[in-house]
Amino acid sequence: MGLFSVFSKKKQKEDLEKGIDKTKQSVFAKLSKAVAGKSKVDDEVLDNLEEALVTSDVGVHTTLKIIDRIEARVAKDKYLGIQELNTMLKEEIVDLLEENNSGDGADFDIPENKKPYVIMVVGVNGVGKTTTIGKLAYNFKNVGKSVVLGAADTFRAAAVDQLTIWAERVGVPIVSQGMNADPASVAYDTLRSAIAKNTDVVIIDTAGRLHNKINLMNELSKISRVMQKLIPDAPHEILLVLDASTGQNAIEQAKQFIAATEVNALALTKLDGTAKGGVVIGVSDQFKIPVKYIGVGEKMEHLQIFDRKEFVNSLFD
Amino acid sequence: MFEGLSDRLDRSFKILKGHGSITEINVAESVKEIRKALIEADVSYKIAKDFTSRVKAKALGSDVLNAIKPGELMVKIVHDELAELMGGEQVGINTKGDPAVILIAGLQGSGKTTFSAKLANYLKSKKGQQVMLVAGDVYRPAAINQLKVLGEQIGAEVYTEEDSKNPVQIAKNAVKRAKEYGKNIVIVDTAGRLAVDEEMMTEISNIKKAINPQEILFVVDSMTGQDAVNTAKAFNDLLNFDGVVLTKLDGDTRGGAALTIRSVVEKPIKFVGIGEKMDALDLFHPSRMADRILGMGDIVSLVEKAQEQFDEEEARKLQKKIAKNQFNFNDFMKQIQQIKKMGNVKDLMGMIPGMSKAIKDVDIDDDAFKGIEAIIQSMTPEERENPKLLNGSRRKRIANGAGSNIQEVNRLIKQFAETSKMMKMMTGGGGRKMANMMNAMKRR
Repeated sequence: MGLFSVFSKKKQKEDLEKGIDKTKQSVFAKLSKAVAGKSKVDDEVLDNLEEALVTSDVGVHTTLKIIDRIEARVAKDKYLGIQELNTMLKEEIVDLLEENNSGDGADFDIPENKKPYVIMVVGVNGVGKTTTIGKLAYNFKNVGKSVVLGAADTFRAAAVDQLTIWAERVGVPIVSQGMNADPASVAYDTLRSAIAKNTDVVIIDTAGRLHNKINLMNELSKISRVMQKLIPDAPHEILLVLDASTGQNAIEQAKQFIAATEVNALALTKLDGTAKGGVVIGVSDQFKIPVKYIGVGEKMEHLQIFDRKEFVNSLFD
Repeated sequence: MFEGLSDRLDRSFKILKGHGSITEINVAESVKEIRKALIEADVSYKIAKDFTSRVKAKALGSDVLNAIKPGELMVKIVHDELAELMGGEQVGINTKGDPAVILIAGLQGSGKTTFSAKLANYLKSKKGQQVMLVAGDVYRPAAINQLKVLGEQIGAEVYTEEDSKNPVQIAKNAVKRAKEYGKNIVIVDTAGRLAVDEEMMTEISNIKKAINPQEILFVVDSMTGQDAVNTAKAFNDLLNFDGVVLTKLDGDTRGGAALTIRSVVEKPIKFVGIGEKMDALDLFHPSRMADRILGMGDIVSLVEKAQEQFDEEEARKLQKKIAKNQFNFNDFMKQIQQIKKMGNVKDLMGMIPGMSKAIKDVDIDDDAFKGIEAIIQSMTPEERENPKLLNGSRRKRIANGAGSNIQEVNRLIKQFAETSKMMKMMTGGGGRKMANMMNAMKRR
């Protein structure tokens, strides 16, 4: 796509690196301390590695899994230096992260035979669903797709207003029935409008809900079912938004949201803070769901397609 | 795979139970398990390490070594240590001032705006204060509107300056306005900010300087992981806040962040958010939190949950019916509906001490009552009113209607008879005793 796309790629990388800078510093600082003055991977190094991973929210289970794999390779390869450890660690973590089926780095592409392509965005309260939707709409519009938003968070005070402001900012239409409307009905209306206007992408916002509230989780299944009356395979993408600062509870969140709806993509938000978001490695590994997007700031352009190699590289380079 | 802390601790104590007394070796073994469990509960790595070494030191004290049941003693040591770490006493907020100014700070999405409104509601309805809310989040789309909507819901005035992008000035003006209007409490909501965002951190520092608040509350999501250390420390270094608010505690997180923050900044946790409704705010109970983290059951919350769903009028009617021996299947059905309203059966059972371990691997169907409901719904209205009518042929018909078999129907009728007998016993003076017991537990 010529010069412009090269430029924007570079800009994206800078944003990501700026966002993950803190992450990089601390994990890498710990790791280099762990291997300082040592030419072999010994128990102490592995212990320090454990600390580095655990303090990045990778979790005990996944950390032990990574360490087991490294230990197995150390046992096989006998001698290992720091450089090799670094490479090995990256490889093992990349391995745990599920490959994005739509292809890493695809610039907000949608499958050709699915029009409108329906994305439903779900997650617990305060993870950044509405903001992510605003950014998604901006990115889809930027690559020439037509977008319509569905304001199906009819519960939280002023949620509809918030999405409306995003719609205006990005310049895409929004379908809403105001507060306290039936979210399934809003979703249905949005799809109908998208079909009538031949829109490419539909993004449905939903209210934040804690995953242990059964009635609210059932509501999500209902929204999906109602949309299927118009488009049998909708929603094509159910995007679970996870907050990078969330700890091990993210695993339980993923489990329950997957049980209620067919989550098939993850978005990791707020990566521009000090939080490492390491839990996403365990989530992706355990549930075989790819991370598709990451949020690295509050502006419209601060959403990127997740690239697992780049992500892991940014952590350790 | 995601194991609760209680399961882990139980296992580590099991290691101890096999031994007559605690030796250094098996203490070390169990302490390692405790540390793992704490980390899985999102307690900071370093704090978990410190905590377990203190536990270890105590466990190796001579009195423990000679104890008859070292495992139980270990539970006590861990629990006491944890409760101490959570802060012994409940600490309230400072509302003295003319007006008293409360500044709310925290990361994006932690729940500041919702908490601000809940706090206003609490101070207004429970303490009879004149509260003014201030919309100081000028960045997030519709944040001002959100606070306005919530303010309207609870009937509290909300100060806004829609066109201003200067939260320092807004806060200053609001306090001045509150003074003029005779409000005695001003709650200043602010935008979410990352601790690494220098510009935004300077801004909140300037707000603090401008309004000199009596109370600064740091709002944090109870699901926060290892980052709680960094964030809490950064906010505290800058603002020297007075207390912490733990939100979204109605989720199923173990809440290890509470422990982390408490020990990193040594500031009390003052409130917890336990739902989306405006009255879903509770004072922080250190001992309850320690119990929750240890999986020792949260019987108090269970009682509160039951009370929430408890319709007094209905209950009085029911009591009368039981006394007159008129308890029937319609009432039974109502009871089931009420239990279902309280939430997930497995979650409820997990709140009963000792149960969380027992039911960990049991897959309790959310529709556990479905079979029972089907059977009752297959009865005629007369049969539901008068269970004595249920003879063999009726039972057979019901079984067919419910897609069940006669054994299931018999079992339900037997259970029903036992339940009504038990209920009669409880209402005969026992009810008062139960109520007293519940109250005693709540005061704990």
